[in-house]
Amino acid sequence: MRHHVTLRVGPVGFRIGSDWRDPIDAVTALYRDYPRADFADYTVRLEATSPIRRRFRPSIHIAGDYRLPEAAPLPLAQGLLAAELGMNLQMALGHRRHLLLHAAVVARDDRAMLMSGISGAGKSTLSLLLARRGWRFLGDEFALIDPMTGLAVPFPRPISLKNESLAVIPPDSHTGPLLTGTPKGDIRHVAPDARAIAAMDRPARPALLVFPRFGFPSASRVLPPAEAFVRLTQASTNYVAMGEAGFRALTRLRAEVPAVALDYPDGAAGVAAVEALWDAL
Amino acid sequence: MGRAVTPVERLVGLLREPTGAVALPLTEWTDVLTVARAELLLGTLASRVDGLAVPASVARVLADARAEAEETRRAALWEANRVARALMPLGIPVILLKGTAFVAAGLAAGRGRSIGDCDILIPRATLPEAEALLAQAGWEWVKADPYDDHYYREWMHELPPLIHRERDRMLDVHHAILPPTARPKPDAAALIAGAEPLGGGLAVLSLPDMIVHAAAHLFADGDLTGGLRNLWDIHALIGERGCDGVERQAARHDLSDTVARALRLAHAIYATPVPPAYRRATVIEQLYRRRMLARDGWGRGRHPVTRGVFYLRSHAIRMPLPLLARHLWIKWRKGKAAPASE
Repeated sequence: MRHHVTLRVGPVGFRIGSDWRDPIDAVTALYRDYPRADFADYTVRLEATSPIRRRFRPSIHIAGDYRLPEAAPLPLAQGLLAAELGMNLQMALGHRRHLLLHAAVVARDDRAMLMSGISGAGKSTLSLLLARRGWRFLGDEFALIDPMTGLAVPFPRPISLKNESLAVIPPDSHTGPLLTGTPKGDIRHVAPDARAIAAMDRPARPALLVFPRFGFPSASRVLPPAEAFVRLTQASTNYVAMGEAGFRALTRLRAEVPAVALDYPDGAAGVAAVEALWDAL
Repeated sequence: MGRAVTPVERLVGLLREPTGAVALPLTEWTDVLTVARAELLLGTLASRVDGLAVPASVARVLADARAEAEETRRAALWEANRVARALMPLGIPVILLKGTAFVAAGLAAGRGRSIGDCDILIPRATLPEAEALLAQAGWEWVKADPYDDHYYREWMHELPPLIHRERDRMLDVHHAILPPTARPKPDAAALIAGAEPLGGGLAVLSLPDMIVHAAAHLFADGDLTGGLRNLWDIHALIGERGCDGVERQAARHDLSDTVARALRLAHAIYATPVPPAYRRATVIEQLYRRRMLARDGWGRGRHPVTRGVFYLRSHAIRMPLPLLARHLWIKWRKGKAAPASE
């Protein structure tokens, strides 16, 4: 394709190509501190919906090795978001090497805390706040669990913050542009700190599973194994596709790692609560 | 000075002669693997180059592809088992077609193969009972639209596709291997009579019939999208078991020209060991070859005009012109009307 970049995040190489220069410039700037790669596991293509639309009312169609045919195109100004969505799609639809959980991961001393929840549960915000307090950031979209070792493999993509959580972005952060009027409202991507990127080849042993819910009075409840198992299957994008390997990875995680459901009313309370849970391990 | 080898030509070369993988530089692998994914041949490539020394990052992708193919195989055999169980009251074995047949029969064509739907062949007379049995066992119609349903039942060689409500897997129930509107008239009863039982209420076509069906499927179904994969099926079947009886069965099913073209193309692209009479491709087949290799290293289709011609041709093969015109008109009108009705 006319413009492209190939970069590596943790164990995965991505090649992103575009009919336009702007999205690749935006990706290159945001991923400034990531290694460039000679090889890509997955390809993302940001294509004009037709040759005319390359210049006239340009509109990005997200394609690649794996794609959702019914995905709506995005305006060119949201090129960075298109690239991020494209990368997420390749992982969700194609990746089998690791069990993928929709979760944020942070670690202390190579022991990891996984925070899993639906969109809006506050995973990204919590992981950003925890990273500022010295936790190592391993990812805010997917937890990658190695089915052989049970370890959480870092996949530290830029953190995607939306709408009211934009306010927590520290002023000294390396960020992408503010993307307004996206299908999910206003979005800004925050690059992980240099330490997280430098350690992205160092896995961590899962030690605590938290299922946070933002916007509720503070409460916590230890999850019985069966409920934790069901929640994890729901949080995984490739559990079924991985077959027996996925089942073994998930049962092991469930057996070895305590799981807690946590409701919290605001960011500060959430951080205090997960750190208290961690300290009580 | 020759022109550079394109990624899709490189893929074909590796499928033919896997040892070439050892010398392929890392920077070329991204293109080759992208093309292999786009052509649904990644698992096949991975099984072909298994055990050869390739760069570690490439080896990881290929190992993933092998694991995925193994899971695909397991799921396909399970689905076939469920279908056989549901249709047991018919008292006849269920004949598996295409990918599921290859893995069930343990054929080389099944190694690493991607398998989407479960395709089966049963006698036309058993269709009403089979529909009722499948419905009882949890299969539901995918197409709720009455025109689509009517179209399938009137003009196609299969029932409208079914989907299992719990397992989310598609089932295509065929009573013939070509639509009744197609010019060749394959002998479905002979296909069924010649099928070879596998046990467990399942059967597969005889090997010559399998090759004949693969050839019919290659040209008749769709616009040669997935053509490289479908042609690989033919190559692998012949490579493993030879061509004996294929010409005879092709003639019996009114598909001699189709099978001859498939054999010539397989030889032209994969160097399949076909009889000498099929070792020279015609000018038309050069066009087919161009269509089948029309993909760039990003996985995008190339040669839009060639593709467009084959798209139209694929419909023309399946339907006489007046029927095609009526069909495309109805589909176009429905396409326009759809947003307003939502």
